[in-house]
Amino acid sequence: MDVLVDGFVSAFLLLLSLDSEMILIIGVSLKVSITSTFIASIIGVPTGFIIAFNPLPFKRMIITVLNTLLALPTVVIGLFVYSLIARRGLLGSFDLLYTQKAIIIGQVILIIPVVTAFTISAISRIDERYRKTAMTLGAGRVTVAAVVFREGRFAIVAAVIAAFGRVISEIGISMMLGGNIKGFTRTMTTAMALEYDKGAFVLSIALGIVLLGISFAMNLMFHFFQGKNRI
Amino acid sequence: MKLFINKRLFFTAFFLLTCFSTVYGENILKMSTTTSTQASGLLDLILPEFKKDTGINVNFIAKGTGAAIRDGIDGNVDIIFVHAKALEDKFIQDGYGTKRYAVMYNDFVIVGPPDDPAGIRGMKCATEALLKIAASESVFVSRGDNSGTHIREKDLWKATGFALEKMGDRYMSIGQGMGKTITFADEKQAYTLTDRGTFIKYSLGRNIPVDLKIMCENDPILFNPYGVIPVNPEKHPHVKHDLAEKFAKWLLSEKGANLINGYRLHGQQLFYSGAPEKN
Repeated sequence: MDVLVDGFVSAFLLLLSLDSEMILIIGVSLKVSITSTFIASIIGVPTGFIIAFNPLPFKRMIITVLNTLLALPTVVIGLFVYSLIARRGLLGSFDLLYTQKAIIIGQVILIIPVVTAFTISAISRIDERYRKTAMTLGAGRVTVAAVVFREGRFAIVAAVIAAFGRVISEIGISMMLGGNIKGFTRTMTTAMALEYDKGAFVLSIALGIVLLGISFAMNLMFHFFQGKNRI
Repeated sequence: MKLFINKRLFFTAFFLLTCFSTVYGENILKMSTTTSTQASGLLDLILPEFKKDTGINVNFIAKGTGAAIRDGIDGNVDIIFVHAKALEDKFIQDGYGTKRYAVMYNDFVIVGPPDDPAGIRGMKCATEALLKIAASESVFVSRGDNSGTHIREKDLWKATGFALEKMGDRYMSIGQGMGKTITFADEKQAYTLTDRGTFIKYSLGRNIPVDLKIMCENDPILFNPYGVIPVNPEKHPHVKHDLAEKFAKWLLSEKGANLINGYRLHGQQLFYSGAPEKN
Protein backbone atom coordinates (compact mmCIF):
# COMPACT_ATOMS: atom_id res chain seq x y z
CA MET A 1 0.00 0.00 0.00
CA ASP A 2 2.85 2.34 0.89
CA VAL A 3 4.27 1.99 -2.58
CA LEU A 4 1.05 3.29 -4.08
CA VAL A 5 0.43 6.13 -1.64
CA ASP A 6 4.02 7.39 -1.57
CA GLY A 7 4.17 6.92 -5.31
CA PHE A 8 1.08 9.00 -5.91
CA VAL A 9 2.16 11.82 -3.63
CA SER A 10 5.63 12.03 -5.19
CA ALA A 11 4.12 11.67 -8.66
CA PHE A 12 1.86 14.68 -8.11
CA LEU A 13 4.81 16.71 -6.83
CA LEU A 14 6.78 15.70 -9.93
CA LEU A 15 3.88 16.70 -12.16
CA LEU A 16 3.58 20.07 -10.44
CA SER A 17 7.32 20.69 -10.73
CA LEU A 18 7.08 20.19 -14.52
CA ASP A 19 10.27 18.15 -14.49
CA SER A 20 12.13 18.79 -17.75
CA GLU A 21 12.85 15.14 -18.46
CA MET A 22 9.19 14.29 -17.98
CA ILE A 23 8.08 17.10 -20.29
CA LEU A 24 10.50 15.88 -22.94
CA ILE A 25 9.10 12.32 -22.72
CA ILE A 26 5.53 13.57 -23.00
CA GLY A 27 6.57 15.73 -25.97
CA VAL A 28 8.11 12.78 -27.82
CA SER A 29 5.02 10.66 -27.17
CA LEU A 30 2.63 13.31 -28.42
CA LYS A 31 4.72 14.18 -31.46
CA VAL A 32 5.07 10.56 -32.57
CA SER A 33 1.47 9.59 -31.84
CA ILE A 34 -0.07 12.64 -33.48
CA THR A 35 2.08 12.16 -36.60
CA SER A 36 1.23 8.49 -36.95
CA THR A 37 -2.48 9.11 -36.32
CA PHE A 38 -2.44 11.85 -38.94
CA ILE A 39 -0.74 9.68 -41.57
CA ALA A 40 -2.95 6.68 -40.79
CA SER A 41 -6.06 8.87 -41.09
CA ILE A 42 -5.01 10.23 -44.47
CA ILE A 43 -4.63 6.66 -45.69
CA GLY A 44 -7.34 4.92 -43.67
CA VAL A 45 -10.35 7.22 -44.09
CA PRO A 46 -10.30 7.31 -47.92
CA THR A 47 -9.62 3.56 -47.99
CA GLY A 48 -12.67 3.08 -45.79
CA PHE A 49 -14.75 5.19 -48.20
CA ILE A 50 -13.55 3.22 -51.21
CA ILE A 51 -14.31 -0.13 -49.59
CA ALA A 52 -17.71 0.99 -48.29
CA PHE A 53 -18.91 2.60 -51.53
CA ASN A 54 -17.74 0.20 -54.18
CA PRO A 55 -19.13 -3.23 -54.88
CA LEU A 56 -15.70 -4.83 -54.58
CA PRO A 57 -15.29 -8.57 -55.02
CA PHE A 58 -14.67 -10.37 -51.69
CA LYS A 59 -15.88 -7.28 -49.85
CA ARG A 60 -17.02 -9.28 -46.82
CA MET A 61 -13.70 -11.05 -46.79
CA ILE A 62 -11.81 -7.74 -46.88
CA ILE A 63 -13.84 -6.44 -43.96
CA THR A 64 -13.28 -9.65 -42.00
CA VAL A 65 -9.54 -9.40 -42.60
CA LEU A 66 -9.58 -5.75 -41.51
CA ASN A 67 -11.43 -6.66 -38.34
CA THR A 68 -8.88 -9.36 -37.66
CA LEU A 69 -6.07 -6.87 -38.12
CA LEU A 70 -7.65 -4.77 -35.34
CA ALA A 71 -6.17 -7.33 -32.98
CA LEU A 72 -2.71 -7.21 -34.56
CA PRO A 73 -0.21 -7.51 -31.70
CA THR A 74 2.27 -4.66 -31.53
CA VAL A 75 5.18 -7.04 -31.08
CA VAL A 76 4.35 -8.73 -34.38
CA ILE A 77 4.45 -5.39 -36.16
CA GLY A 78 7.61 -4.53 -34.27
CA LEU A 79 9.26 -7.75 -35.38
CA PHE A 80 8.15 -7.31 -38.97
CA VAL A 81 9.28 -3.71 -39.32
CA TYR A 82 12.49 -4.47 -37.39
CA SER A 83 13.45 -7.18 -39.86
CA LEU A 84 12.88 -4.74 -42.69
CA ILE A 85 14.82 -1.78 -41.37
CA ALA A 86 17.57 -3.48 -39.36
CA ARG A 87 21.10 -2.93 -40.64
CA ARG A 88 21.03 -6.32 -42.35
CA GLY A 89 17.44 -5.83 -43.53
CA LEU A 90 16.04 -4.80 -46.88
CA LEU A 91 15.86 -1.12 -45.98
CA GLY A 92 18.86 -1.18 -43.67
CA SER A 93 20.74 1.47 -45.60
CA PHE A 94 18.21 4.16 -44.63
CA ASP A 95 19.35 3.96 -41.01
CA LEU A 96 15.76 4.07 -39.74
CA LEU A 97 15.98 1.72 -36.80
CA TYR A 98 15.88 3.34 -33.36
CA THR A 99 14.53 6.64 -34.63
CA GLN A 100 11.19 8.36 -34.20
CA LYS A 101 10.45 7.62 -37.85
CA ALA A 102 10.69 3.90 -37.15
CA ILE A 103 8.09 4.18 -34.38
CA ILE A 104 5.82 6.16 -36.68
CA ILE A 105 6.08 3.53 -39.44
CA GLY A 106 5.12 0.77 -37.02
CA GLN A 107 2.29 2.74 -35.46
CA VAL A 108 0.82 3.69 -38.84
CA ILE A 109 0.67 -0.01 -39.72
CA LEU A 110 -0.94 -0.67 -36.36
CA ILE A 111 -3.80 1.80 -36.74
CA ILE A 112 -4.59 1.88 -40.44
CA PRO A 113 -6.92 -1.12 -39.87
CA VAL A 114 -8.50 0.72 -36.93
CA VAL A 115 -9.24 3.86 -38.92
CA THR A 116 -10.34 1.94 -42.02
CA ALA A 117 -12.61 -0.55 -40.25
CA PHE A 118 -14.25 2.13 -38.10
CA THR A 119 -14.73 4.38 -41.12
CA ILE A 120 -16.42 1.55 -43.01
CA SER A 121 -18.79 0.84 -40.16
CA ALA A 122 -19.45 4.56 -39.68
CA ILE A 123 -20.40 5.02 -43.32
CA SER A 124 -22.42 1.83 -43.52
CA ARG A 125 -24.60 3.06 -40.69
CA ILE A 126 -25.58 6.19 -42.59
CA ASP A 127 -28.97 6.01 -44.22
CA GLU A 128 -28.77 4.99 -47.87
CA ARG A 129 -31.25 7.77 -48.66
CA TYR A 130 -28.66 10.50 -48.14
CA ARG A 131 -26.55 9.01 -50.83
CA LYS A 132 -29.49 8.30 -53.15
CA THR A 133 -30.91 11.80 -52.67
CA ALA A 134 -27.60 13.44 -53.38
CA MET A 135 -27.21 11.32 -56.49
CA THR A 136 -30.75 12.09 -57.67
CA LEU A 137 -29.99 15.76 -57.27
CA GLY A 138 -27.17 15.24 -59.72
CA ALA A 139 -24.20 15.14 -57.37
CA GLY A 140 -20.96 13.64 -58.65
CA ARG A 141 -18.99 10.99 -56.78
CA VAL A 142 -16.92 13.55 -54.92
CA THR A 143 -19.96 15.53 -53.80
CA VAL A 144 -21.71 12.35 -52.69
CA ALA A 145 -18.63 11.41 -50.68
CA ALA A 146 -18.62 14.88 -49.12
CA VAL A 147 -22.31 14.54 -48.15
CA VAL A 148 -21.69 11.15 -46.59
CA PHE A 149 -18.58 12.44 -44.84
CA ARG A 150 -20.59 15.31 -43.36
CA GLU A 151 -23.16 12.88 -42.06
CA GLY A 152 -20.59 10.49 -40.69
CA ARG A 153 -18.07 13.01 -39.42
CA PHE A 154 -18.52 12.29 -35.73
CA ALA A 155 -18.11 8.57 -36.16
CA ILE A 156 -15.03 9.20 -38.29
CA VAL A 157 -13.53 11.55 -35.70
CA ALA A 158 -14.31 8.86 -33.14
CA ALA A 159 -12.36 6.39 -35.28
CA VAL A 160 -9.38 8.76 -35.36
CA ILE A 161 -9.55 9.28 -31.60
CA ALA A 162 -9.70 5.54 -31.04
CA ALA A 163 -6.64 5.16 -33.25
CA PHE A 164 -4.81 7.87 -31.34
CA GLY A 165 -5.68 6.14 -28.08
CA ARG A 166 -4.22 2.93 -29.43
CA VAL A 167 -0.87 4.45 -30.45
CA ILE A 168 -0.28 6.66 -27.47
CA SER A 169 -0.78 3.73 -25.12
CA GLU A 170 1.11 1.05 -27.05
CA ILE A 171 4.54 -0.05 -25.96
CA GLY A 172 5.70 -2.95 -28.16
CA ILE A 173 6.41 -0.90 -31.26
CA SER A 174 7.93 2.05 -29.40
CA MET A 175 10.28 -0.25 -27.50
CA MET A 176 11.32 -2.51 -30.39
CA LEU A 177 11.65 0.12 -33.09
CA GLY A 178 12.41 3.23 -31.06
CA GLY A 179 14.77 1.60 -28.59
CA ASN A 180 13.85 3.86 -25.66
CA ILE A 181 16.75 6.28 -26.25
CA LYS A 182 16.75 8.93 -23.56
CA GLY A 183 15.66 12.29 -24.91
CA PHE A 184 15.01 10.97 -28.39
CA THR A 185 12.76 7.93 -28.63
CA ARG A 186 11.78 7.53 -24.99
CA THR A 187 7.98 7.68 -24.91
CA MET A 188 5.62 7.69 -21.96
CA THR A 189 5.02 3.95 -22.13
CA THR A 190 8.66 2.90 -22.63
CA ALA A 191 9.72 5.28 -19.85
CA MET A 192 7.11 3.69 -17.57
CA ALA A 193 8.39 0.21 -18.35
CA LEU A 194 11.96 1.35 -17.72
CA GLU A 195 11.14 2.97 -14.38
CA TYR A 196 9.43 -0.25 -13.38
CA ASP A 197 12.56 -2.19 -14.34
CA LYS A 198 14.64 0.20 -12.29
CA GLY A 199 12.39 -0.37 -9.32
CA ALA A 200 11.48 3.33 -9.16
CA PHE A 201 7.80 4.03 -9.58
CA VAL A 202 7.36 7.78 -9.18
CA LEU A 203 7.93 8.86 -12.77
CA SER A 204 5.90 5.82 -13.89
CA ILE A 205 2.89 6.86 -11.89
CA ALA A 206 3.22 10.50 -12.98
CA LEU A 207 3.34 9.46 -16.64
CA GLY A 208 0.41 7.10 -16.09
CA ILE A 209 -1.62 10.02 -14.77
CA VAL A 210 -0.63 12.14 -17.78
CA LEU A 211 -1.50 9.30 -20.16
CA LEU A 212 -4.97 8.91 -18.69
CA GLY A 213 -5.34 12.69 -18.62
CA ILE A 214 -4.58 12.94 -22.33
CA SER A 215 -7.12 10.24 -23.20
CA PHE A 216 -9.70 11.92 -21.01
CA ALA A 217 -9.04 15.33 -22.57
CA MET A 218 -9.33 13.89 -26.08
CA ASN A 219 -12.70 12.33 -25.31
CA LEU A 220 -13.91 15.43 -23.54
CA MET A 221 -12.97 17.53 -26.54
CA PHE A 222 -14.79 15.12 -28.81
CA HIS A 223 -17.97 15.23 -26.76
CA PHE A 224 -17.86 18.99 -26.54
CA PHE A 225 -17.38 19.32 -30.27
CA GLN A 226 -20.11 16.77 -30.99
CA GLY A 227 -22.63 18.33 -28.61
CA LYS A 228 -22.11 21.84 -29.93
CA ASN A 229 -22.72 20.80 -33.50
CA ARG A 230 -25.68 18.61 -32.90
CA ILE A 231 -27.87 21.31 -31.41
CA MET B 1 -28.35 -33.51 -9.18
CA LYS B 2 -27.09 -32.69 -5.75
CA LEU B 3 -24.46 -35.33 -6.04
CA PHE B 4 -23.37 -33.88 -9.35
CA ILE B 5 -22.91 -30.43 -7.87
CA ASN B 6 -20.97 -31.83 -4.98
CA LYS B 7 -18.78 -33.78 -7.28
CA ARG B 8 -18.07 -30.71 -9.32
CA LEU B 9 -17.39 -28.71 -6.21
CA PHE B 10 -15.07 -31.39 -5.00
CA PHE B 11 -13.12 -31.47 -8.22
CA THR B 12 -12.91 -27.69 -8.39
CA ALA B 13 -11.61 -27.59 -4.85
CA PHE B 14 -9.19 -30.36 -5.58
CA PHE B 15 -7.97 -28.62 -8.71
CA LEU B 16 -7.51 -25.30 -6.93
CA LEU B 17 -5.69 -26.96 -4.06
CA THR B 18 -3.33 -28.69 -6.45
CA CYS B 19 -2.64 -25.38 -8.17
CA PHE B 20 -2.04 -23.53 -4.94
CA SER B 21 0.13 -26.21 -3.49
CA THR B 22 2.42 -26.02 -6.49
CA VAL B 23 2.39 -22.24 -6.54
CA TYR B 24 2.63 -21.61 -2.82
CA GLY B 25 4.37 -24.78 -1.79
CA GLU B 26 6.84 -24.81 1.05
CA ASN B 27 9.83 -25.75 -1.03
CA ILE B 28 9.87 -22.76 -3.31
CA LEU B 29 12.46 -20.05 -3.03
CA LYS B 30 11.70 -16.80 -4.81
CA MET B 31 14.71 -14.97 -6.16
CA SER B 32 15.17 -11.72 -8.05
CA THR B 33 18.32 -11.67 -10.05
CA THR B 34 20.23 -9.65 -12.56
CA THR B 35 19.63 -10.51 -16.21
CA SER B 36 23.16 -11.79 -16.85
CA THR B 37 22.80 -14.84 -14.60
CA GLN B 38 19.85 -15.96 -16.65
CA ALA B 39 20.93 -14.75 -20.09
CA SER B 40 24.29 -16.49 -19.73
CA GLY B 41 22.53 -19.79 -19.07
CA LEU B 42 24.18 -20.28 -15.66
CA LEU B 43 20.93 -20.55 -13.73
CA ASP B 44 19.60 -23.20 -16.09
CA LEU B 45 22.60 -25.31 -15.12
CA ILE B 46 22.78 -24.80 -11.37
CA LEU B 47 19.12 -24.57 -10.32
CA PRO B 48 18.22 -28.14 -11.39
CA GLU B 49 21.32 -29.39 -9.53
CA PHE B 50 20.29 -27.46 -6.44
CA LYS B 51 16.85 -29.00 -6.64
CA LYS B 52 18.35 -32.46 -6.97
CA ASP B 53 20.44 -31.92 -3.83
CA THR B 54 17.86 -30.23 -1.63
CA GLY B 55 14.41 -30.61 -3.20
CA ILE B 56 14.04 -26.83 -3.27
CA ASN B 57 12.63 -25.16 -6.36
CA VAL B 58 13.99 -21.72 -7.15
CA ASN B 59 11.57 -19.45 -8.98
CA PHE B 60 13.54 -16.53 -10.29
CA ILE B 61 12.70 -13.23 -11.91
CA ALA B 62 15.48 -11.75 -14.03
CA LYS B 63 15.63 -7.94 -13.95
CA GLY B 64 18.26 -5.28 -13.65
CA THR B 65 20.13 -5.16 -10.35
CA GLY B 66 18.26 -1.98 -9.34
CA ALA B 67 14.89 -3.65 -9.75
CA ALA B 68 16.07 -6.86 -8.10
CA ILE B 69 17.18 -4.93 -5.03
CA ARG B 70 13.88 -3.10 -5.02
CA ASP B 71 12.13 -6.48 -4.94
CA GLY B 72 14.22 -7.34 -1.90
CA ILE B 73 13.36 -4.05 -0.19
CA ASP B 74 9.65 -4.62 -0.83
CA GLY B 75 9.85 -8.20 0.40
CA ASN B 76 8.64 -9.58 -2.93
CA VAL B 77 11.36 -12.22 -2.93
CA ASP B 78 13.32 -14.32 -0.44
CA ILE B 79 16.77 -13.73 -1.86
CA ILE B 80 18.55 -11.54 -4.40
CA PHE B 81 21.43 -12.41 -6.73
CA VAL B 82 22.95 -9.18 -8.02
CA HIS B 83 26.13 -7.34 -8.94
CA ALA B 84 26.53 -3.81 -7.63
CA LYS B 85 28.69 -3.90 -4.53
CA ALA B 86 27.85 -0.40 -3.29
CA LEU B 87 24.09 -0.96 -3.58
CA GLU B 88 24.41 -4.38 -1.96
CA ASP B 89 26.26 -2.93 1.01
CA LYS B 90 23.60 -0.27 1.38
CA PHE B 91 20.88 -2.92 1.16
CA ILE B 92 22.41 -4.71 4.13
CA GLN B 93 23.16 -1.50 6.04
CA ASP B 94 19.51 -0.49 5.76
CA GLY B 95 18.59 -3.81 7.30
CA TYR B 96 16.90 -5.38 4.30
CA GLY B 97 19.43 -8.14 3.85
CA THR B 98 21.16 -10.33 6.40
CA LYS B 99 24.51 -11.12 4.82
CA ARG B 100 26.26 -10.79 1.49
CA TYR B 101 27.72 -14.01 0.11
CA ALA B 102 30.44 -13.38 -2.46
CA VAL B 103 29.58 -16.32 -4.68
CA MET B 104 31.32 -15.53 -7.93
CA TYR B 105 32.72 -12.92 -10.28
CA ASN B 106 33.40 -12.34 -13.92
CA ASP B 107 34.48 -9.24 -15.77
CA PHE B 108 33.26 -6.49 -18.00
CA VAL B 109 34.60 -5.77 -21.45
CA ILE B 110 34.30 -2.78 -23.74
CA VAL B 111 33.07 -3.92 -27.14
CA GLY B 112 32.87 -2.04 -30.40
CA PRO B 113 32.53 -2.32 -34.18
CA PRO B 114 35.24 -4.37 -35.93
CA ASP B 115 36.59 -1.40 -37.88
CA ASP B 116 37.13 0.34 -34.52
CA PRO B 117 36.70 3.99 -35.58
CA ALA B 118 37.77 5.22 -32.13
CA GLY B 119 40.99 3.20 -32.28
CA ILE B 120 40.82 1.54 -28.86
CA ARG B 121 41.48 -2.08 -29.81
CA GLY B 122 43.78 -3.81 -27.35
CA MET B 123 43.94 -0.95 -24.87
CA LYS B 124 44.63 -2.17 -21.34
CA CYS B 125 43.19 0.79 -19.51
CA ALA B 126 39.40 1.03 -19.59
CA THR B 127 39.15 4.69 -18.61
CA GLU B 128 41.59 5.75 -21.34
CA ALA B 129 39.60 3.73 -23.84
CA LEU B 130 36.41 5.52 -22.82
CA LEU B 131 38.11 8.90 -23.17
CA LYS B 132 39.21 7.95 -26.66
CA ILE B 133 35.65 6.94 -27.59
CA ALA B 134 34.40 10.25 -26.22
CA ALA B 135 36.97 12.14 -28.28
CA SER B 136 36.02 10.26 -31.47
CA GLU B 137 32.95 10.51 -33.68
CA SER B 138 31.60 7.19 -32.37
CA VAL B 139 28.44 6.49 -30.43
CA PHE B 140 28.49 4.94 -26.96
CA VAL B 141 25.38 3.00 -25.90
CA SER B 142 24.52 2.95 -22.20
CA ARG B 143 22.21 0.51 -20.44
CA GLY B 144 20.73 3.46 -18.57
CA ASP B 145 18.58 1.21 -16.38
CA ASN B 146 20.31 1.36 -12.98
CA SER B 147 21.54 -2.18 -13.45
CA GLY B 148 24.86 -3.34 -12.07
CA THR B 149 26.46 -2.86 -15.47
CA HIS B 150 25.03 0.64 -15.78
CA ILE B 151 26.25 1.59 -12.33
CA ARG B 152 29.73 0.30 -13.18
CA GLU B 153 29.68 2.21 -16.44
CA LYS B 154 28.77 5.41 -14.61
CA ASP B 155 31.62 4.78 -12.16
CA LEU B 156 34.03 4.29 -15.05
CA TRP B 157 32.98 7.54 -16.68
CA LYS B 158 33.32 9.28 -13.35
CA ALA B 159 36.85 7.88 -13.07
CA THR B 160 37.73 9.41 -16.45
CA GLY B 161 36.71 12.86 -15.20
CA PHE B 162 35.02 13.48 -18.53
CA ALA B 163 31.77 15.46 -18.55
CA LEU B 164 29.36 13.10 -20.35
CA GLU B 165 27.05 15.89 -21.47
CA LYS B 166 29.76 16.91 -23.93
CA MET B 167 29.07 13.74 -25.89
CA GLY B 168 25.51 14.91 -26.59
CA ASP B 169 23.62 12.64 -28.97
CA ARG B 170 26.58 10.27 -29.22
CA TYR B 171 25.85 9.02 -25.70
CA MET B 172 22.67 6.97 -26.03
CA SER B 173 20.99 5.88 -22.84
CA ILE B 174 18.43 3.25 -23.82
CA GLY B 175 17.23 1.79 -20.53
CA GLN B 176 17.18 -1.83 -21.65
CA GLY B 177 18.71 -5.17 -20.78
CA MET B 178 22.24 -6.27 -21.68
CA GLY B 179 21.29 -8.43 -24.67
CA LYS B 180 19.16 -5.68 -26.14
CA THR B 181 21.93 -3.16 -25.55
CA ILE B 182 24.44 -5.35 -27.42
CA THR B 183 22.17 -5.76 -30.45
CA PHE B 184 21.39 -2.05 -30.30
CA ALA B 185 25.09 -1.18 -30.31
CA ASP B 186 25.59 -3.66 -33.15
CA GLU B 187 22.84 -1.99 -35.18
CA LYS B 188 24.35 1.44 -34.57
CA GLN B 189 27.94 0.12 -34.89
CA ALA B 190 28.63 1.73 -31.56
CA TYR B 191 30.66 0.97 -28.44
CA THR B 192 29.24 -0.33 -25.20
CA LEU B 193 30.22 -1.86 -21.87
CA THR B 194 29.00 -5.42 -21.29
CA ASP B 195 29.62 -8.34 -19.01
CA ARG B 196 31.70 -10.97 -20.78
CA GLY B 197 29.11 -13.73 -20.42
CA THR B 198 26.29 -12.01 -22.22
CA PHE B 199 28.67 -10.83 -24.90
CA ILE B 200 29.99 -14.34 -25.60
CA LYS B 201 26.42 -15.50 -25.90
CA TYR B 202 25.62 -12.82 -28.45
CA SER B 203 28.82 -13.06 -30.44
CA LEU B 204 29.18 -16.84 -30.55
CA GLY B 205 25.79 -18.26 -29.74
CA ARG B 206 23.48 -16.79 -32.33
CA ASN B 207 22.52 -17.75 -35.87
CA ILE B 208 23.44 -14.25 -36.89
CA PRO B 209 26.22 -13.26 -34.50
CA VAL B 210 26.78 -9.61 -33.73
CA ASP B 211 29.69 -7.97 -35.53
CA LEU B 212 30.97 -6.27 -32.40
CA LYS B 213 34.35 -7.35 -31.06
CA ILE B 214 36.01 -7.11 -27.66
CA MET B 215 38.17 -3.99 -27.69
CA CYS B 216 39.30 -3.54 -24.11
CA GLU B 217 39.57 -6.19 -21.39
CA ASN B 218 41.48 -7.44 -18.32
CA ASP B 219 41.73 -4.09 -16.59
CA PRO B 220 41.24 -4.81 -12.84
CA ILE B 221 38.76 -1.95 -12.73
CA LEU B 222 36.51 -4.13 -14.90
CA PHE B 223 36.12 -6.99 -12.41
CA ASN B 224 32.49 -7.76 -11.70
CA PRO B 225 31.67 -9.45 -8.39
CA TYR B 226 28.26 -11.05 -7.86
CA GLY B 227 26.63 -11.23 -4.45
CA VAL B 228 23.80 -13.31 -3.08
CA ILE B 229 21.86 -11.77 -0.19
CA PRO B 230 18.98 -13.39 1.73
CA VAL B 231 16.22 -10.91 2.60
CA ASN B 232 16.03 -10.07 6.28
CA PRO B 233 13.11 -11.85 8.00
CA GLU B 234 13.02 -9.08 10.61
CA LYS B 235 11.82 -6.68 7.91
CA HIS B 236 9.64 -9.19 6.11
CA PRO B 237 8.57 -12.06 8.39
CA HIS B 238 7.06 -14.03 5.50
CA VAL B 239 10.36 -14.58 3.63
CA LYS B 240 11.85 -18.06 3.68
CA HIS B 241 15.13 -17.13 5.23
CA ASP B 242 16.28 -20.67 5.98
CA LEU B 243 15.81 -21.74 2.36
CA ALA B 244 17.63 -18.62 1.20
CA GLU B 245 20.56 -19.36 3.52
CA LYS B 246 20.63 -22.91 2.26
CA PHE B 247 20.86 -21.73 -1.34
CA ALA B 248 23.62 -19.20 -0.62
CA LYS B 249 25.69 -21.76 1.27
CA TRP B 250 25.13 -24.37 -1.40
CA LEU B 251 26.46 -21.94 -4.03
CA LEU B 252 29.63 -21.54 -1.95
CA SER B 253 30.01 -25.27 -1.32
CA GLU B 254 32.45 -27.35 -3.34
CA LYS B 255 29.64 -28.61 -5.51
CA GLY B 256 28.35 -25.11 -6.24
CA ALA B 257 31.84 -23.76 -6.89
CA ASN B 258 32.63 -26.59 -9.27
CA LEU B 259 29.43 -25.97 -11.20
CA ILE B 260 30.17 -22.25 -11.47
CA ASN B 261 33.81 -22.75 -12.48
CA GLY B 262 32.94 -25.58 -14.81
CA TYR B 263 30.27 -23.75 -16.74
CA ARG B 264 31.36 -23.23 -20.33
CA LEU B 265 29.58 -21.29 -23.00
CA HIS B 266 30.96 -21.92 -26.48
CA GLY B 267 34.11 -23.24 -24.88
CA GLN B 268 34.73 -20.20 -22.71
CA GLN B 269 34.63 -19.95 -18.95
CA LEU B 270 32.19 -17.24 -17.88
CA PHE B 271 32.23 -17.15 -14.09
CA TYR B 272 34.79 -17.70 -11.37
CA SER B 273 33.67 -18.91 -7.96
CA GLY B 274 34.37 -16.74 -4.93
CA ALA B 275 35.52 -13.13 -4.73
CA PRO B 276 38.07 -11.55 -7.09
CA GLU B 277 41.54 -11.14 -5.61
CA LYS B 278 42.28 -7.69 -4.36
CA ASN B 279 44.70 -5.83 -6.55
